[in-house]
Amino acid sequence: MSPLAAGDPSLVMSVSEQVLFWTVGPIVVIAASALLFAKRAVVTACSVMVTMVGLAFLYVGLEAPFLGVVQVVVYTGAIMMLFVFVLMLVGVDISDSFIETIRGQRWLSLLLALGLAAVLGGAVWRASFSGVAGLAQASGGNNPGAVAELLFSDYAFTLEVTGCLLVIAAIGAVVLTHRVRLTAKVTQADRARRRVRDGLHLTPPPAPGNYARHNAADVPALDASGQVIEDSVPEVLRMRGQVHSLHGLAQDLVPGDVPPDEEVKP
Amino acid sequence: MTVSAYLLLASVLFVIGTATVLLRRNSIIVFMGIELMLNAANLAFLAFSRMWGNLDGQLAAFFVMVVAAAEVVVGLAIIVSLFRTRRTVSVDDENLMRH
Repeated sequence: MSPLAAGDPSLVMSVSEQVLFWTVGPIVVIAASALLFAKRAVVTACSVMVTMVGLAFLYVGLEAPFLGVVQVVVYTGAIMMLFVFVLMLVGVDISDSFIETIRGQRWLSLLLALGLAAVLGGAVWRASFSGVAGLAQASGGNNPGAVAELLFSDYAFTLEVTGCLLVIAAIGAVVLTHRVRLTAKVTQADRARRRVRDGLHLTPPPAPGNYARHNAADVPALDASGQVIEDSVPEVLRMRGQVHSLHGLAQDLVPGDVPPDEEVKP
Repeated sequence: MTVSAYLLLASVLFVIGTATVLLRRNSIIVFMGIELMLNAANLAFLAFSRMWGNLDGQLAAFFVMVVAAAEVVVGLAIIVSLFRTRRTVSVDDENLMRH
């Protein structure tokens, strides 16, 4: 007989808690497993967000509504957003390669992870719990108030130290990402002067879709003679090869849509 | 099984986080694995806090969150500065300086 089935009634979940746990728990685990299986980092970040929100629900179920809210605000709102910002900075399209560079690393890692799972699961399985006291008395119906009272009395010094830590972390981030400027800053006046000197296009470049049959950003503009101006499409779209050619557009058009005297130039 | 269920869930999440750190090569994903491990520890803290009926566990989880926020700021700054110099976020390529 497993110690899990001990007789204490406080060790049995209420029905509502069971529903919460068995609904949110699998979602949390499945979303977290994207860390292992998703190829693209953005997919991973989004599913980790799902995990964080699910954990916030569980925190509320564990009589910690304050921490549930903090979880959503800090983890989902700040930390994961920071991750997504950095992903945008280093390129959203980066995907992890699954090619092994150290021989046998994958199997060894899996073995270690399974070993850790066995140790943790075994410890939890073997432990016997006397009963759940519940937080009704400690919180007194006002969990944020009770947490605040403890935070600003017993833990006041710890709070101040963590405040220092946050300041140091902010300064550290600024120092780490600071770049010393090696060349003079190029101002708008410099750019204008260079354009005149080098005989480049003096006016602002045409926006995509100008005089074309379509004003979407991925359709290049046309010049006076109906020729395509490739530079009018944003460079990102050109690099990704997502430019919508006029030729392709002409094939997409419904035949009756085009008046016969207006031929679409490929 | 109130406490054990939450502890088992926390263990599963912790193991997923550990396996992520061991298996993945993208340093941002590795970092997310570390965040998941911190969250698993928080879940265990809260389960124990309710089991003992005092709020110290919740305070511990709160401080873990604060430290995690500080850690993420510095860690991502390191990743960004590495990306600037090496143009890669793979943990395999961080030894490019040797070659």
